[in-house]
Amino acid sequence: MATVVVDVMPKQAILDPQGQAVAGALGRLGFAGIAGVRQGKRFEVEIEGEVTEERLAELRRAAETLLANTVIEDFTVRVEGAETEV
Amino acid sequence: MRIGVVTFPGSLDDRDAARAVRVAGGEAVALWHADTDLRSVDAVVLPGGFSYGDYLRAGAIARFAPIMTGIIAAARGGFPVLGICNGFQVLCESHLLPGALVRNDRRKFVCRDQRLRVEKTSTFWTSDYAAGQEIVIPIKNGEGGYVADDSTLDRLEGEGRVVVRYVGDNPNGSYRDIAGISNEAGNVVGLMPHPEHAVETLCGPTTDGLGFFTSILNRLVATS
Repeated sequence: MATVVVDVMPKQAILDPQGQAVAGALGRLGFAGIAGVRQGKRFEVEIEGEVTEERLAELRRAAETLLANTVIEDFTVRVEGAETEV
Repeated sequence: MRIGVVTFPGSLDDRDAARAVRVAGGEAVALWHADTDLRSVDAVVLPGGFSYGDYLRAGAIARFAPIMTGIIAAARGGFPVLGICNGFQVLCESHLLPGALVRNDRRKFVCRDQRLRVEKTSTFWTSDYAAGQEIVIPIKNGEGGYVADDSTLDRLEGEGRVVVRYVGDNPNGSYRDIAGISNEAGNVVGLMPHPEHAVETLCGPTTDGLGFFTSILNRLVATS
């Protein structure tokens, strides 16, 4: 069983009120030097069997279809433990 | 004329939408998210609420409900669909309308009577209004900020597809004060404020919302 991680982040051009609220709270708590926070989502997808290029392509399609709204969000897909995005 | 109102798990305003249809003189037909049968309705309203608890993103899961397959296909062919609040979010997630709705810029749920300007009266749902007419209807949302990239916004403005715009204080940070838009053909309209809550003075601030429902009924009668 392998885990594939899909990270979904709001696009830079899109206002992120949640991230702004978190950044504001961190500042009020005295955490210095924080220039900004953007808040996204992380999905851990358990895969049965081997992670093949075919399965990853299917997961990218799933991310594009449901996990992310590509109008406002970007996503990356990577195998848990792997160094780089796939 | 039969107007369907879809109930998703978590829909809140389906009863009010159905009542608005009846007040306007139409027959309201309940449609269930898990069905595929559109029950021979002449138009559909996607109501407000929190379908599927707004899990993932508002409207993201409802967009794939079984009833939506037929509605999306029909809407692409000219079938009239009105999305109110969560229904607007569902229409954007379905890509029947461009852009998306994000969390209000002020980070608060907004619930108040809102002044709007009706800018497009050639849609299936707004023909009973006068161009430039100002109306006051309730707005209540936490994720009502309309966003799209500049080219999409320019295209919407250029094609005259901004149906209603916020007048005065923008309640949620919507780009260019956009409160509602239509598709190119004008059969699909989505807006964040709630016309169905303003059809009777007993329990609404005005009856300004009634025009959305009389517009579609008059059109259906005229074309039947």
